[in-house]
Amino acid sequence: MKNNKENKQVRKKVLKGFTYLFLIIWAIIVLFPFYWMILTSLKSYSAYNSEYIPTFFTLTPTLQNYVEAFTAVPLAKYFTNTVIFTFITTTLMMVVIVLAAFAFSRLEFKGKQVLFLFFLSLMMIPTELVIITNFVTISHWNLRNTFLGLILPSVTSVFYIYLLKENFEQIPDSLYYAAKVDGTSDLKYLLKVMLPISKPTLITITILKIIECWNSYVWPRLITDDANYYLVSNGIQAIRENGFGRENIPAMMAAVVVISVPLIVLFLIFRKKVMAGVSRGGTKG
Amino acid sequence: MRKKQFKNDLKSWLYLLPAMLFLGFFMVYPLIDVFVYSFEEGYHSASQTYQGIGLYNYSYVLHDPYFLQAVKNTFLLVIITVPLSTGLALLISVALSSIKRLQQLFQTIYFLPYVTNTLAVGLVFMILFKKTAYSDGLINLFIHWFGGQSVDFIDGPYIAKMFVLCVYTIWIVMPFKILILTSALASVNQEYYDAAKVDGASKWKTFTKITLPMISPMIFYLVITGFIGAFKAYSDAVALFGTDLNAAGMNTIVGYVYDMLYGNSGGYPSYASAAAIILFAIVLTITTINMLISKKNVHY
Repeated sequence: MKNNKENKQVRKKVLKGFTYLFLIIWAIIVLFPFYWMILTSLKSYSAYNSEYIPTFFTLTPTLQNYVEAFTAVPLAKYFTNTVIFTFITTTLMMVVIVLAAFAFSRLEFKGKQVLFLFFLSLMMIPTELVIITNFVTISHWNLRNTFLGLILPSVTSVFYIYLLKENFEQIPDSLYYAAKVDGTSDLKYLLKVMLPISKPTLITITILKIIECWNSYVWPRLITDDANYYLVSNGIQAIRENGFGRENIPAMMAAVVVISVPLIVLFLIFRKKVMAGVSRGGTKG
Repeated sequence: MRKKQFKNDLKSWLYLLPAMLFLGFFMVYPLIDVFVYSFEEGYHSASQTYQGIGLYNYSYVLHDPYFLQAVKNTFLLVIITVPLSTGLALLISVALSSIKRLQQLFQTIYFLPYVTNTLAVGLVFMILFKKTAYSDGLINLFIHWFGGQSVDFIDGPYIAKMFVLCVYTIWIVMPFKILILTSALASVNQEYYDAAKVDGASKWKTFTKITLPMISPMIFYLVITGFIGAFKAYSDAVALFGTDLNAAGMNTIVGYVYDMLYGNSGGYPSYASAAAIILFAIVLTITTINMLISKKNVHY
């Protein structure tokens, strides 16, 4: 009887061991590409190219590739473009969705329900269907290779309006009526009361939008063919195809590291918010 | 009173105006327009004229070998990656929920691919798999260790290319699935497990009879979003094989749409529209089938 119990204990431990082993293996698979890009970015050009068999570490790390990445190709330009694009798009979108969510959650007007249902139904429209006409529209407005052209189609998101509306609705009505009695205008109520209360949701939406902007590739690719307006995704593709000369892989990896770091840092700071936000409505894959 | 109501309405619509303008211009109008385009035959981009109305664009697309290749690639990608990634995510999530120590650390690590730039990290995968004159690459080194022959995964045989594309796609989609499944597992009521324990049910039985049915709506949700996402695959392929996907034989349906629109082979919004509509007919059909199957098997 005692033996049996001990057996069970051992089996439990073995199972636990295997569980951790499995989890560690997957962690390695996830982390390895990151390790490899940092490692390669620290190897010198000549050292990298003389390695027929790749080595797993380097004893002579160099930052030369980072210098190369910022001087030989306009990486700094791509980077600034992306920051500008991300900042303006996110700011504009926040204004648009806050106003819309406020109207849907707080104001009463004719046709509200119908309009909201209509908005919800727009959530089902895939980007791939509307991008064709948008491309033609933006081209006809002569907005190719401009920030305006890059930004315009992505300043509204029905999903975020929906998310924010749900959040706004949780704010008790009594606050609104109290403010009304005090003679506070709707706009002032929105800015002074609703926004501060909804700060967590606003931050989550902002971060999700920043991630989306930072990684956007398809629309910028269609709308820009002038390298002065490339965002990082298109920049890295240009670097790959004719940047440092095809073979300077360490410099390419340095560029990849520079592009990847901002989002990873942002994620590590706002880890909980990002994960909660994504599980509520992220879609990638 | 009526006047006040009117004023109120006006104000509300004013708040909604920006959103409505943007949605109207960049969602509603394009959605109608894409159907119009798809039926306009011989559309000329520069002069914006067309010759007739009909189904020619659809017929052209359906007979285009590049499109058929793209359809084949996309279907293979969907059929391989959706079950594999969902299954793997389930295994990882179950393992993750069974431990206490280091759980947060693992969760954070597993989420990293979600916040990376697909194009940038795709380059790393390309380098890991690529065989050049200077080096066979890291993955080939592993293959050598196990006594295999070097394979060029980026410019080599179709199966090898498909393999890399699937590996990278799975790597990219895992964070979302793991996140959804771990939170689904965490929300299963502890009382059910306690009851099972009292009844002396085995771990496997508890898993298949309690856990799986309880989280089945979420698994089903992941299968549907997984199908939709994989059908829209594009940037992962670009990251691995470059922008000229037709030449690499690795184009996807979405890639075909964009190539028709823009680039060296572009300038054909009508063909692009027809291809995009065909894609969404496929996605819609498959989603409907999924829904019907799930109705029989999912416990809500």
